[in-house]
Amino acid sequence: MNAPATLAQKLVARAAGRGHVAPGEIVTCRVDLAMFHDSSGPRRLQPMLAELGAQIWDKSKVVLVIDHYVPEADDESRRIVRIARDWAAEQRLPHVYDSQGICHVVVPQHGHLRPGMFCVGGDSHSPTGGAFGAYMFGIGATEMLGVVTSGEIWLQVPESIFMQWNGRLADGVSAKDMMLAMLGRHGMNGGAYQAVEFCGSAVRALAMQERMTLANMSAELGAQVGLVAPDETTRTWLAAHGAPEVDIAPWHSDDHAPGARHVFDADALAPQIALPHSPANVLGVDEVAPTRIDIAYLGACTGAKLDDLRAAARVLAGRRIAPHVHLLVAPASVRDAAQAESEGVMRALVDAGATLLPSACGACAGYGSSIPEGSTVVSSTARNFKGRMGAATAQVYLGSPYTVAASAVRGAISDAREMLAGRASAATDGGQA
Amino acid sequence: MRTWKLPADVDTDQLAPGATMKHGIEVTARHCLEAVRPEFALGVRAGDVIVAGAHFGIGSSREQAASVLVHLGLAAVIAPSYSGLYFRNAFNVGLLLLTAREADRIDDGEALSFDARAGVVSRADGSSLRCDPIPAFLLDMVDAGGLLPQLKRRLTNPTERS
Repeated sequence: MNAPATLAQKLVARAAGRGHVAPGEIVTCRVDLAMFHDSSGPRRLQPMLAELGAQIWDKSKVVLVIDHYVPEADDESRRIVRIARDWAAEQRLPHVYDSQGICHVVVPQHGHLRPGMFCVGGDSHSPTGGAFGAYMFGIGATEMLGVVTSGEIWLQVPESIFMQWNGRLADGVSAKDMMLAMLGRHGMNGGAYQAVEFCGSAVRALAMQERMTLANMSAELGAQVGLVAPDETTRTWLAAHGAPEVDIAPWHSDDHAPGARHVFDADALAPQIALPHSPANVLGVDEVAPTRIDIAYLGACTGAKLDDLRAAARVLAGRRIAPHVHLLVAPASVRDAAQAESEGVMRALVDAGATLLPSACGACAGYGSSIPEGSTVVSSTARNFKGRMGAATAQVYLGSPYTVAASAVRGAISDAREMLAGRASAATDGGQA
Repeated sequence: MRTWKLPADVDTDQLAPGATMKHGIEVTARHCLEAVRPEFALGVRAGDVIVAGAHFGIGSSREQAASVLVHLGLAAVIAPSYSGLYFRNAFNVGLLLLTAREADRIDDGEALSFDARAGVVSRADGSSLRCDPIPAFLLDMVDAGGLLPQLKRRLTNPTERS
């Protein structure tokens, strides 16, 4: 009988065709799915494949999402997007999502991710797939070339770091706050390119898209992957999104599996704010000096999924944003935006004064659009590096969708909890979408 | 070669600013590190070395953050730690990263030499720093100029060990 193993070890062992792998070993894994987008994908891969005269190893295992440079704002963007579209047509790629939203949300929403899979993505937030119990991590374009020509990738088997959240989150406190608290404690490279596994009662209680927020920002923790062991929540969500049913029983860490364990108290967690210019520069919302904002940005794979939009709408329903604030909303996917529309969530946001933007990466990384120079921004995105959102002189604060909505109403960084008192609790994306 | 000393937490948006990403590597190179050391992009010479603080390359998967340094002719980066994703990208595009716990002892502008396979950085005053060992297949990849030339060589010469 093997020694107790972590979820990460089990996932890597399966992909490596081995019974057991030990942390530190370098192994070669078979890739079940390779995802890339218009920025990291075709425009980089096409010339390299041509130079090699090589072919994609298995087109059924490739997913292309056009999300970074749409809608096309200028000639360069049009050129990049055209390369992606032309190449997808020429290669007859079976799985292409053009202007349907952000890859990390669109791919699972179309049933491509399942527990037990081993996946790579041409984007740093690819660990989002870990929310589904898939081993998924980000790689660069050249390494993606290696994957699409061979179907394989090397890996140093990671150690596991267990982030155990006991207790229960208060209303108005969310997965984003949990992640910012972990970043405040462990820093941006605290994950040391190992496997983080989120566990404990407060994680189990999270809806699927909240788990995605945790896994997504494993990238900021510097982990290779951020995993949540699949359970009934996972199964229900996947069934509702067309993923073939899989046996989830094998995909959990054994009792006494090796790894560091850090314990957090969800009951005591207040909304968290990352101050400029690092996601790890974190304070509780009560500790932040009064900060007047110009822009409230609800966007990105991190912070504009259906559950994020619903959270914001709970705060904003029946209220108006402060007259000097611009509230910008870029839903993470077309599907999430449509569901939010049908539930009256979009109506609540617009009636409060929100400006709707297309479902794409938008201003998160300053690719598709940008925030104004000199502005003070509270954002539900993942990164507030100086200049990241396209303006070097902007001051970007990161918070949860609740915090972004509350701050838009008050015109300054604010605590949503007091504004939620007496309001009905949010629905979650448990499968109805 | 001279060294360019950088602080900790140099991120990929500083190395390859997002607004330059739709243009080619030449444009990115002109803006490389402008938020940290504005004189770097114009002043750097082939064979120079970056000596940085911990967590070099945190952030995005954009490998231009590594290939821009190859484009500018950097011989290596020396730092106590790297983003894991950046580490992979660097070797894939042919950029050598040396992990030296005591990199901070090195001064800005200092002349250095190094032996990647031996894992040693030698300083002008005769002292040296130890580096973490790098797997041989990654050193081979850097020697080949990155993964693309390596793949090309393997495809044209299938008998070569993969």
